[in-house]
This record gives sequence, C-alpha cells and structure tokens, in this order.
Amino acid sequence: MATEAMALSQTDKAPARGAAGLHRFANPARFSRLSARLLPWTAALAVGLIALGLYLALFVAPADYQQGQSVRIMFVHVPSAWMALFCYSFMALASAVGLIWRHPLADLAAKATAPVGALFTFTALLTGSLWGKPMWGTWWVWDARLTSVLILFFLYLGYMALWQAIDDGAKAARAAAILALVGVVNVPIIKFSVEWWNTLHQPASVLRLDGPTIDASMLWPLLVMALGFKAYFVTVLLLRLRTELAERRLRAFRRRALAEG
Amino acid sequence: MEGIGAFFAMGGYAAFVWPAFAVTLGLMAALGWSTWRRLKAAERALAALEAAGEAAVEDEAT
Repeated sequence: MATEAMALSQTDKAPARGAAGLHRFANPARFSRLSARLLPWTAALAVGLIALGLYLALFVAPADYQQGQSVRIMFVHVPSAWMALFCYSFMALASAVGLIWRHPLADLAAKATAPVGALFTFTALLTGSLWGKPMWGTWWVWDARLTSVLILFFLYLGYMALWQAIDDGAKAARAAAILALVGVVNVPIIKFSVEWWNTLHQPASVLRLDGPTIDASMLWPLLVMALGFKAYFVTVLLLRLRTELAERRLRAFRRRALAEG
Repeated sequence: MEGIGAFFAMGGYAAFVWPAFAVTLGLMAALGWSTWRRLKAAERALAALEAAGEAAVEDEAT
C-alpha cells in the first residue's frame, strides 16, 4: 500500500493549487477506505428514496386531468432525463480535471460514469416514447429535444467505445476526455432546446427562472425519485471506481508475474 | 377506493406505464448487479493472488 502511495505521488510532480485538496483522494488506499464507509449509506439511500418515490408516484400523486394515469410515466422519465444530463456534465468535468491536473482518479471517475449516463439516456428516450405514443400519437418525432438527447446517447456510446478501442490507458483516457469535452456543448442545447426551437416536447415546468409550474402533489414525488436516482448514481460510481482500481492492481500483478516468469 | 384491477389498468394506459417503470428499474437493477459481480470477481482474484504470497505490487503509473 505504501509503495502504491509513493508511486502515485511521484507521478504528480506539480499539482495545481486548486486541485491540491483533491489529491488527497488520489491515493487508492484512502479512496478504498472512504468508499467502503460511504457505500452502505448511499446504497441504503438509493433503495429507500426510490422505494418511497415509487409509492408516492404510483399511489399518492394524482392523475392528470388531461393525461390521466399516463402522467405517472413522468416519475421515471424526468428523473432519467435529469440524470442523463447530470452524468454527462459530471463526466465532462471529471475529464477536464483529468486532462488539466492529471488527477489519477478523475479519468476513472469519468469512465465509470459513462455506462450509468448511457443507461439513463436510454430510459429517458424509451419512457419518453411510451409517454409520447398515447399523448402525442407518435413514438418519435425529430424535434430539437428528442434529437439532441439521441445525440447525447451516441456521445455516451462513442465515449465508451474509445476506452475499449485504445489499449494504452493514458491515451484512451485522453481521447475519451477530449470527446467528452467536445460533446458537452450538447448539454445546454438539450436544456434550452424547448425554448430555442419550436418543439413538440413541452417546455420546462420545474427548472425555470420563475420557479416550477408543476403542482406540489406531483413535484414532491418527482424530487424524491430524482434524489433516489442520484444516490443510485453515487453508489454505482463508487462501486465501478473500486472495480477499476482492483482490476488495475490485477493487471499489475499479472504483468509482474509475466516479467518474472 | 379503486380495486386492484383498476390500479393495474392505469386508466387504460397500462401498456405504456408498466413497461416504462419495469424497464427503467429493471435496467438500473441489472447495471447495479453486474457492477457488483464484476467488483467481487476482481476482489476474489486479488485475494487469491495475495494469498499465493505475491509481494506488494507497484500500481501502474497511468
């Protein structure tokens, strides 16, 4: 463990001041201890909040006067969409930190986030279609919101493909980071698409300058589900980071065995 | 109070509402499960190597 710590600190010759605090967590052993302490809590939060959110969404929230019971799809569709954007933003931020400050865990955090973000983008698109068919009369339309979210999905897939395709870990990290940062312009486009263009998708009713227009009886289940999805993301992120670090150590073991062998 | 049948019918939208919830939660559970399994496999392999008497290893400098 001490050898690892020394090896890592020697690869970070000149950490930028701003990221100096984050470098405490560059030590895999420290991250391992911290994540082991956090994981039971984040997992419990995720399960508890999602369970509560489901109860509120299915039994407490009222049916909509226009959309009837189909409005309940909102309680998985909107949190998924929020997570799709949140995960990409987080991935882009982690990529930037990895590129600029060479923080060792940053690249891995970005890598670990991608599958979660891709999953939520997919469920946002799917649940959106399931909601759109009865309400709009169509499974799909090439309006600005739906199209830009589909592009987001392809960006996630491209990002994951880069990591898979490039053998050298450092080069893969850099290429993927550049893709993540180039693609981040899509995030504000998605957010403002319903204002900038004439879309079939409805305009924002929660995250608006004038405050939410959605009724409290629907807003609370939505927020509970959104928080539960966030806790789920943190849980999966920590698990995937632990896995990346463990698999890195395994590869190092095996390289040593081969070299000696 | 609506009967359980009415709840599952979701006002006629059952074919849209239930798949939406099932796929979202199902995929989340699947990702969590697959992540967990991959972590445990890596940890088991590491424990086996360490038990076999390998010395502390230098991490790859990425």
